[in-house]
Amino acid sequence: MSVIIVLLFASISVAAIFLAAFLWGVKNKQFDDSFSPPYRILFDDKPVNEEVTK
Amino acid sequence: MQVEKFYYDNKTVKWFAYAVMVWGLVGMLAGLWIAVEMYYPPLSMGFAPTTFGRMRPVHTNAVIFAFVGNGIFMGIYYSLQRLCKARMFNDTLSKIHFWGWQLIILAAALTLWAGCTSGKEYAELEWPIDIAIALVWVLFGINMFGTIIKRRESHIYVAIWFYIATWVTVAMLHIVNSMELPISILKSYSLYAGVQDALVQWWYGHNAVAFFLTTPYLGMMYYFLPKAANRPVYSYRLSIVHFWALIFIYIWAGPHHLLYTALPDWAQSLGTVFSIMLIAPSWGGMLNGLFTLRGAWDKVREEPVLKFLVVAVTCYGMATFEGPMLSLKNVNAISHFTDWTIAHVHIGALGWNGFMTFGVLYFLIPKLWNTELYSKKLATTHFWLGTIGIILYAVPLYWAGFTQAMMWKSFTEEGQLKFQFLETVTHILPMYIARSIGGLIYIAGAVVMTYNLIKTIGQGSFIGDEAAEAAPFPKEIVPHSNEYWHRWIERRPMQMLVFSLIAVAIGGAIEIIPTFLVKSNIPTISSVKPYTPLELHGRDVYIREGCYLCHSQMVRPFRDEVARYGEYSKAGEFVYDHPFQWGSKRTGPDLARLGAKYPDSWHFNHMQDPQSMSPGSIMPSYPWLYENDINAFQTPKMIWAMRTLGVPYPVGYESQCNKDAETQANEIAARLKADKLEVKPSREIVALIAYLQRLGKDIKSAPKETKKVEGDAAVPGN
Repeated sequence: MSVIIVLLFASISVAAIFLAAFLWGVKNKQFDDSFSPPYRILFDDKPVNEEVTK
Repeated sequence: MQVEKFYYDNKTVKWFAYAVMVWGLVGMLAGLWIAVEMYYPPLSMGFAPTTFGRMRPVHTNAVIFAFVGNGIFMGIYYSLQRLCKARMFNDTLSKIHFWGWQLIILAAALTLWAGCTSGKEYAELEWPIDIAIALVWVLFGINMFGTIIKRRESHIYVAIWFYIATWVTVAMLHIVNSMELPISILKSYSLYAGVQDALVQWWYGHNAVAFFLTTPYLGMMYYFLPKAANRPVYSYRLSIVHFWALIFIYIWAGPHHLLYTALPDWAQSLGTVFSIMLIAPSWGGMLNGLFTLRGAWDKVREEPVLKFLVVAVTCYGMATFEGPMLSLKNVNAISHFTDWTIAHVHIGALGWNGFMTFGVLYFLIPKLWNTELYSKKLATTHFWLGTIGIILYAVPLYWAGFTQAMMWKSFTEEGQLKFQFLETVTHILPMYIARSIGGLIYIAGAVVMTYNLIKTIGQGSFIGDEAAEAAPFPKEIVPHSNEYWHRWIERRPMQMLVFSLIAVAIGGAIEIIPTFLVKSNIPTISSVKPYTPLELHGRDVYIREGCYLCHSQMVRPFRDEVARYGEYSKAGEFVYDHPFQWGSKRTGPDLARLGAKYPDSWHFNHMQDPQSMSPGSIMPSYPWLYENDINAFQTPKMIWAMRTLGVPYPVGYESQCNKDAETQANEIAARLKADKLEVKPSREIVALIAYLQRLGKDIKSAPKETKKVEGDAAVPGN
């Protein structure tokens, strides 16, 4: 069953990548504001002033 | 602050949306085709590409990688730009990504019809296509991460996290499971053998469901559901917990596909435990989606998009509750190898993926073409057709699966098996008919949608580059903007150490893994011998025709299976199986102990006309096996490949192998001739008979003492 080591290695590397991403997210204050992001996505970014044509 | 003006790329989204509609119909029709073949086998018309064994991979690959795959890209290319407030990183990459993916799909369909398959479910594609997939996936990754890096919104919305997890994990799964040794441009053998191959395959299979069919669609749910309802997600905090909990648990649940098989027990238990744990994040996510609509259920009555999304999320909840239940060993003992599994995956495929895709299409198309949906009434009709279709599809199959499992396990008072295998098949045929009607209704709904969307497109005018404006990315959040990344690492010796360790570990693993995999192939059962060259050819035919899609080669240690098929399967029997052929469904009986059960002539007649040997059988006939010759030119390469993978053929056997194959073929042809059946020894059918007659034979010739150690005292008649 030595292939388990391959799978563990692959799985743990991916988990390590995710863990690093999570720690980065926490450090980067990504998860500090849980109020405004869900509202922000509801607004479209249509230009307000002028009609843009392209 | 100065706002920047830019344009969203809608063209790529449009192309992916078209691809979703086209491939969706193709994939579903292929599904309908094989659903009908299950009760009307003449539909295969004696033509290889239209048989169940070849159409089934076409169906699964089309719906997973073409329909859902393009759906993922459509959803990501639309939502990622808006969440990042930035155009996609590079238009050329977007174009290459789109066309590359469609070419892969086309190549996949053609090669699968031609019978080129690696023989591993949901990863059937041969090695050149595997490489193409990896390349296109990397381009997609560059495009996605490039967009994330140049985003104007510093907060990474939860949907993007789901997209990132999808990319990283699918890349890793695809690479690990596609490790194969090519012997020609369209033929290769899995690097892993037997139990190890099975474990890798189902680790991949399970995680493909998790990270290809689930996480990207969850990301889409977190974007499109709030957008369509025009209200924020119920709990953003819960969505973040949902994400991190889900990805950390999901990777470990794969072994639940191999309960009661020859996989070590501790690995099976591990898979079960993590599967049960998965209920928590999955249901957290489902409730989060449904609660988003609190106080807005009146909108669901009016808005077809929301109808589709609500049923999709509900189906997600049902499938993710059912999944952990099926991972319990006692439930799995009943459900495994039956149609129960097929019903379960279609709740996910038709309900979760299908309805989510339909909802997103109904949302996107009017937006991209700056118009209203052509007909809400037709969309509602589609919704009901789809919903009824799902119910009519799933309920009969649950019934069929449970019924068949109960019949398999029934004994008479005298302790004999109560039903022949064939009786358990013919008994559930009405269920198969009902299922195909459900599927037909579901497809009818998709056709209605296509018409509705074409009409919508016709009345609108497409906005290829949608103008938008947003403030630039706040500078102060980027701390190391004017130095290279390695400077940051170099000033931190501990991090430096960790990163270099990872780099070394990857390099080392690449070198070490193949060698010790080969070493562990030393058989633990001394009577198990490598296949003869002719049997190898037969095995290739078996794989090519997709026999494993209806026949398992794995006798589980249950009283009924041992009584029906013979001694239960041991891990040591499969050490030379590249790839493993355990299968996952028993539309036909298990074949692990088929060898020497019938005479050669029985197989000869059976493959030509299955109904002549077992009346009522739903197996198609394989007339082309009687006309095609095996490719003797390839035999030495096969031997070489197998030896490279650790199968102990003597050095130099390449020059001898074709002679051995001929001798064995002549023997079989002579036996057939004795039964008045004329066949040229070079035909594929002869090789296939050689392989089928070999199955499970080695262990029967095992010395008595081995049997004593491993035999089951409770087995009757053993």
